[in-house]
Amino acid sequence: MKNIKVLGTGCANCKTTLKLIEEAAAAKGIAVQLEKVEDLKDIMSYGVMSTPGVVIDGKVVHAGGIPSCEKIDGWLAQ
Amino acid sequence: MSALVLQLKRWTDRQPFAFLLVAGALWWALYQTLNPFSEAVVELLPVERDSHLGGALQFFFYDTPKVLMLLVGIVFVMGIVHTFVSPERTRALLSGRRLGLGNAMAATLGIVTPFCSCSAVPLFIGFLQAGVPLGVTFSFLISAPMVNEVALALLFGMFGWKVAALYLGLGLIIAIVAGLTIGKLGMEHHLEDWVRAMQNTQQGASFEGSAMPWGERIDHGFHHVREIVGKVWPYILAGIALGAGIHGYVPEDFMASIMGKDAPWWSVPAAVAIGVPMYANAAGIIPVVEALMGKGAALGTVLAFMMSVIALSAPEMIILRKVLKPRLIATFVSVVAAGILLVGYVFNAVL
Repeated sequence: MKNIKVLGTGCANCKTTLKLIEEAAAAKGIAVQLEKVEDLKDIMSYGVMSTPGVVIDGKVVHAGGIPSCEKIDGWLAQ
Repeated sequence: MSALVLQLKRWTDRQPFAFLLVAGALWWALYQTLNPFSEAVVELLPVERDSHLGGALQFFFYDTPKVLMLLVGIVFVMGIVHTFVSPERTRALLSGRRLGLGNAMAATLGIVTPFCSCSAVPLFIGFLQAGVPLGVTFSFLISAPMVNEVALALLFGMFGWKVAALYLGLGLIIAIVAGLTIGKLGMEHHLEDWVRAMQNTQQGASFEGSAMPWGERIDHGFHHVREIVGKVWPYILAGIALGAGIHGYVPEDFMASIMGKDAPWWSVPAAVAIGVPMYANAAGIIPVVEALMGKGAALGTVLAFMMSVIALSAPEMIILRKVLKPRLIATFVSVVAAGILLVGYVFNAVL
């Protein structure tokens, strides 16, 4: 099972990102372990500067802005 | 419809510059016809052109498309500019810069670097990690919210290019001088300890520029327009309607005694003080600005109010508290507030 973390201090864009991934996974019937990382120290430890960021299985795949649906589908398909 | 969009898309991919040229020419031609168009519309309506209602309607029919067109134009260009500067690239450019030139660069980059306001703190730490000096980082953080593309477009549309240019110039100057001052004060030890430990721990210079085709940049421009204009247009419409109402009815010197040119000296500080606890984006505050101006408030006082609402907000302070110790926050607030006060007084004295 994929472990997906959304990095963000809790702004609207971060929440939207989380919701988009949740919906995409549900639509495809893929079980994922979704987490929200809100603590600044933890966010910085991934080296991400612009939030929201997305981390899949420990690897940063996206930073800065809401990811597009195609991008999310791409991550889930891997 | 979708076939048309697809064809247009192929065109922007194949001949991006021809597309930009044609789009620009169309935009300009349309912009020129707005005034005659608004007069014609009012003439069709069963109201006297010289009546209060007639004046208010003409103002509304002229200002709405004018401001929206300026907004679309400026936001589109900004969307394209964003594809050239990412936060990572800005950081690489600023890494290791000294105070002075570094502050000027940071303030300018602050206007054009795309980032969501909630990224301000991660960005702040990321900059310090890569060896961007504290003062330079502050210049970036101050100019980014203060000089706002939406506010710029609205000021341009409502008060003309001179006011817009003054807003841009003074915003930059405040960001540069405030950053320089904070840098000179040497306040690194007022960063929270865990942030301080991260300072200069990373190489920030490793940046690989990505060559993006122009068709994709144009897509970004359109995407940016959808995102920004789609969000702010109701505020703008409300603001213009309010302005139009005032234009026709309320006496012009309504606010003059409290916020006008001859108001007591404390009207500027009072405007700044009222602005700090208020938290609104530029689009939300412009209707208020329009209303105040229409009732005879002086431009300097109103601009000071607007800048303090946008650049100094209580929620932002609370987030900043996680990385700055109280003394540095206090310094940040007072330096920026002093700059805004100065702008208010200068505007009132000059105009």
